[in-house]
Amino acid sequence: MGGEAHHGKKRGNFVQRTIDALAEAMERSLYAEQLASSRGILQNLDPRIKLIGTLLLIATAASAHTITVVIALAVVTFGLALLSRISLRTLSPIWIGMFVFSGMIGLPALFLVPGPILATIPWLGWHISATGLRSAAFLILRSEISITLSFIMITTTLWTHVLKSLRSFGIPTLIVVILSMTYRYIFLMLQSASDMFEARQSRVIGKLPDNEARRLAAATVGVLLSKSFQLSNDVFMAMQSRGFRGEVYILDEFTLRRNDYIAIPVILLICGVGFWFNYITA
Amino acid sequence: MHIPDGYLSPATCATLFAAATPFWYVAGQRIKKTLNMRMVPLLSVFAAFSFIIMMFNLPLPGGTTGHATGVAIAAIVLGPWGSMIAVSVALVIQAVFFGDGGILAIGANCFNMAIVGSLVAHWVYQGIAGKSPLIASRRVIAAALAGYLSINVAAFITAVEFGIQPLLFTDAAGTPLYAPYGLNIAIPAMMAGHLTIAGLAELIVTAGVVAYLQRNDVALLAFNAPVATSTSNVGGWNGSRRLWLIIAALMVLTPLGLLAAGTAWGEWSATDLVSGTGTTPTLAQAPTGLARLADIWSAPLADYNLPFVANEQFGYILSAMVGIGTIILVFVLVGIISERLRKRNSAT
Repeated sequence: MGGEAHHGKKRGNFVQRTIDALAEAMERSLYAEQLASSRGILQNLDPRIKLIGTLLLIATAASAHTITVVIALAVVTFGLALLSRISLRTLSPIWIGMFVFSGMIGLPALFLVPGPILATIPWLGWHISATGLRSAAFLILRSEISITLSFIMITTTLWTHVLKSLRSFGIPTLIVVILSMTYRYIFLMLQSASDMFEARQSRVIGKLPDNEARRLAAATVGVLLSKSFQLSNDVFMAMQSRGFRGEVYILDEFTLRRNDYIAIPVILLICGVGFWFNYITA
Repeated sequence: MHIPDGYLSPATCATLFAAATPFWYVAGQRIKKTLNMRMVPLLSVFAAFSFIIMMFNLPLPGGTTGHATGVAIAAIVLGPWGSMIAVSVALVIQAVFFGDGGILAIGANCFNMAIVGSLVAHWVYQGIAGKSPLIASRRVIAAALAGYLSINVAAFITAVEFGIQPLLFTDAAGTPLYAPYGLNIAIPAMMAGHLTIAGLAELIVTAGVVAYLQRNDVALLAFNAPVATSTSNVGGWNGSRRLWLIIAALMVLTPLGLLAAGTAWGEWSATDLVSGTGTTPTLAQAPTGLARLADIWSAPLADYNLPFVANEQFGYILSAMVGIGTIILVFVLVGIISERLRKRNSAT
C-alpha cells in the first residue's frame, strides 16, 4: 500500500530489504506462469470468461447488502482456489497480508461505530457494537474475496492471454500494447535495480548510514530513469526498423469450449442469487 | 494509499472511473499529438519505472521506512499528461498482477494518484521552478514540494472518498457497508501518515532524483521545461520572482483569518471547549486528557500573538510573517547545506 511504514527489526539494512522486495516480485510472476500452465478447473477456461467472471463475482461481493451473501461468496472463492490447485501455502500470505491491513482499518470499527452493545471488553471497558462487528466483517471479507479472486484469475491465466481478452472487450489496442510492454520492462528493470543494489551491497561492510541510504536510493532511481529513456529510444528504433507504424496485430483467436459453456451459467447463477438477495432484503 | 476492493461502494468506484475517463482521453490525445508513435515504448518504460520505484524501501528520519509513489517524478519529467497515463498503467498492473489496490477500485486509485497527483505535482513544480535554469537549486526545492504536496492532496481526496461512505451507504440497521468511518476520523487518520512518513518519502525521493538528474542527465529535466532559461545563472531575484509573489500574496491574505468567526475547526483549546467560541461544540467540562496535555507545550508565539505587541490584529499579521519567514529560512538552509554537500562530494 502506498506510503506504508514499517518499524522492522531489519532497520538500516535497506539495500538487502529492497533486493528482497525486488526478488519476491520476480518469483511471484514466475510462479504465476508455472501455475497457469498446470491443470486445474480454472486453467481450462477461456481467459475471457475468467476475466468477466472474476469481475462479476467481485462486483457481486461489493454490492452485497447482507453478510450471509458475503460469507457465501467467500466460500465459493475458497472452493475455486482449491479446485485450481492453488496451495494454501501460496494463498495464506496473501490472506494474512490483507487481514492485517484491513484488520488495522476495520477492527477499530468494533468500538467506534455506534450500535447495540454486543459485549464489553473486561478491564478496558470498551463496548463492541453489533453494527461495528458487521461493518468490520463486511470490510475484511470483501477485501479478502476480491484479492483472492484476482489472484486466482491472474495465476491461472497467462498474462498474454489476459491482455488478449482485454482486447476482445474493446480496450484500445494501444493501451493493451502499452500494458504488455510495461509488464516485460518491469522484469528487465527489476533485474537492473536488483543488480545495482547487489553490486552496492557486495562493496558495503556493516550498516549503511540512513542519509547515505537515501542518497543511494535517489541515485539508483535517477540511473534507472536515464536507463529507461535510453531503452525507450532503442526500442522505438528497433520497432521502427521492423516496420512498426502504430498498428498492432495479435495472432490466434480464443474459442469457447465445453467447459466454458458450463462455467457461464454457473457464474451467472451465483451472481444472480447474490443480487437477488439484495433485492429481497431491501 | 492503494485502495483495496470493499472499501468504496461500487457506485463510488464507478463515479471515480467515469471522472478519470475524460482525463485519460485528453492525455491520450495530447500525447499522440506531441510524441506520436514514440509514445508506446516511452510510456511503457516509464510505467515500469513507476512500478519499480514503489518497491524501494527508504529509511526515514525517526527510524521508520516508507516508499514513494514516483508520481511527482513522472509529472516533472513527462509532464502531467504523460504521467497520468504512465502511472495509471503502473497502477493497473499493480492491481491486476500484484493485488496492490482493488480491481473495482482501479478507477479510484488512478483518479487519486495518477490524475490528481500528477496535476498537483506539475502545478507546484512549474509554479515554483518557473523559468529558473535547469540546474538551479530552486528546482530541487520545487520538486521536493511537488512530491510532498501531490501525495498529500491525493491522500486527502482518498480520505474524503472513505469518509463519505458511511454517510451514503448503510444497511437497514445502520451498519456502514464499506469504509466505516466518517470524515472526522478518516481525514485525520489518513493525513497523519501522509503529512509525515509518506509525504517525507515522496519529498526525499523527488528532490533527490531531480538533484541527481541535474548533475548527471539534465536533458531529462528539459523534456518538460520549455521555458527554463538556458543560462547557468543560479538563483537571483529574476529567477525567483514568482515564488516571492506567491509568498507576498499569502502574507497579504493572512488577515482573512481575522475575519473568520471563532477558532479554526478542531483547533480548540481546553477553555474554548467549555466557554464556546461560536463554532465550538460547548461541553460541560473539558476532556481530562486535553486539559492535562494542554500545558505540556506552549508555543513561542501563542495563538499567533506576539507577547510584546499590543494590537491583536497587527500581532496576527506579524506572527504569520514570522511563520512564513521561518519556513523560507528552513528551505534556504536546506538548499545551502545540500549545495555544500554536493560541492564536497564532487571535490572528493
